[in-house]
Amino acid sequence: MIVIGVGNAWRRDDGAGPAVARAAGGVSTDDPARLLDLWEGEPHVVVVDACSSGAPPGTIHRGDAGVLTHPASTHGFGVAEAIELARALGRAPARLDLYAIEGADFGHGEGLTACVTAAVGELARSLRTAAASPSRPPPR
Amino acid sequence: MTERILVATALARVEGEGALHVRVRDGVVEDVRLRIYEPPRFFEAFLRGRAHTEVPDITARICGICPVAYQTSSMAAIEAACGVEVPAEVRALRRLLYCGEWIESHALHVFFLHAPDFLGYASAFEMARDHPAVVEGALRLKKAGNTLMRLTGGREIHPVNVRVGGVYRAPAPAELAAAAAELEGAREFAREAIAFTAGLPFPDVEEDFHFVALREPDRYAIESGRLVSSGGLDIGPDEYEDHFAEEHVEHSTALHSRLRGGERYLVGPLARWALNRDRLPAPVLAAADAAGLEPVCTNPFRSIVVRAVEMHYALEEALRLIGAYEPPDPPAAAVPPRAGTGCGWSEAPRGLLWHRYAIDGDGTILDARIVPPTSQNQARIEQSVRAVVERHLALSDDELQHRCEQAVRSYDPCISCATHFLRLEIDRG
Repeated sequence: MIVIGVGNAWRRDDGAGPAVARAAGGVSTDDPARLLDLWEGEPHVVVVDACSSGAPPGTIHRGDAGVLTHPASTHGFGVAEAIELARALGRAPARLDLYAIEGADFGHGEGLTACVTAAVGELARSLRTAAASPSRPPPR
Repeated sequence: MTERILVATALARVEGEGALHVRVRDGVVEDVRLRIYEPPRFFEAFLRGRAHTEVPDITARICGICPVAYQTSSMAAIEAACGVEVPAEVRALRRLLYCGEWIESHALHVFFLHAPDFLGYASAFEMARDHPAVVEGALRLKKAGNTLMRLTGGREIHPVNVRVGGVYRAPAPAELAAAAAELEGAREFAREAIAFTAGLPFPDVEEDFHFVALREPDRYAIESGRLVSSGGLDIGPDEYEDHFAEEHVEHSTALHSRLRGGERYLVGPLARWALNRDRLPAPVLAAADAAGLEPVCTNPFRSIVVRAVEMHYALEEALRLIGAYEPPDPPAAAVPPRAGTGCGWSEAPRGLLWHRYAIDGDGTILDARIVPPTSQNQARIEQSVRAVVERHLALSDDELQHRCEQAVRSYDPCISCATHFLRLEIDRG
């Protein structure tokens, strides 16, 4: 299992994905176009992004590509597009788990808001547990 | 009186944010405005007071697609101001890095931004379902360009290895072998891409262009050259402001650049092809000829074919440069500051990029001026859109809007770079 965090740590809560990846021993990118390369050859991939869906900040969303729109991305190529492209090309991993952490602040600067920090800790812990016992599905 | 207004309020698949406003009255196109509403970016002001050595790192940040163009033009200007000419090995390494950017930027525009237009797809993702081999090849090509940029420039976006005078660390020949292997893997696809683009359904359009591009005596100009034009100009970088002027227009945060005298002109692939075709090696020309690309192409929609030719060339040129590579030693020439003004330019993937800096005796930047390709092409883009609207007035607003956006995308505008770009408004009354 590989954990890939997507986001820009210089835009506050957009760094939630990279923070989870760091804590769970994964890799990070601020460019979703790189996902196809990063997950090449990996049968089980976990992608963690930040989102702004209107849910309470710190909410951990699971599996719904609909929330994986990148509020800070100005280039029109987010995680959902990367997955769509990978599926069209037959380059999607056999198992792909998507998480998105609801952010509060996507302004300029480093550091996560408190509720996002807590959500990052919670998701990283459960992913580490899932990695240690791969027979069990990751928690919802 | 009948009036028709078309409004494209956010142009898709162009870099940055802009809109297009078209007003038609009684069947006559009265006004076409390419509105660039991305906020002004003030880079020229940020540069004042900084050290002359900081310029490539600051200007790289103007664009995530063509940072090497900004770095290269800025370094040429600073080195000119300081009276330093960099060694041939440094020039070759800069050209190699620049080839990486041409491959990466052209692959993005040809396959992901522009090709879907001609094939009736809303995006490259839709195109990928029906043309997986093309999209796979495009990704491979783009990746090879990225690898080349990473190995020469230190990273793929906003390279950190370039400095005034040269590079911080010259890559070892063995490291470049990895880039050569990826380029070799994308070589056949790059050649085939010319025929693929040439086979797209193009509108039958001819326009009158005043072409402007850099030209070198012995190679296709990329990182340096003298400016030549189809109107007979042949000038050095210091003479640019004598022949070109920028003007502010109310509807745009980008300045419009024109020839002094007011004439609109064109920079970029069509201009380079028309002016420098004779500088391309025989195998590249043969591939372009086989695809039916005319020696002077005046159909802006067919610029995608020229981009494919340039992509093929940049890949072959990169392989040639890697084969002949000798690491610069030392990796950078000393560039001690002196009071003065210097101008520099290069051929960004979307066209000529000119810089001028005034520095004082300790290297502090007193004044900076940057003229990006999109502000030079903006007036010419509006002219093309006007021609499209005049030809297709009978189309519905949706169809007309699509044609207009396609015309704009033909110019591969980089709106973020030019602000200091797109939504369409068609006003038919």
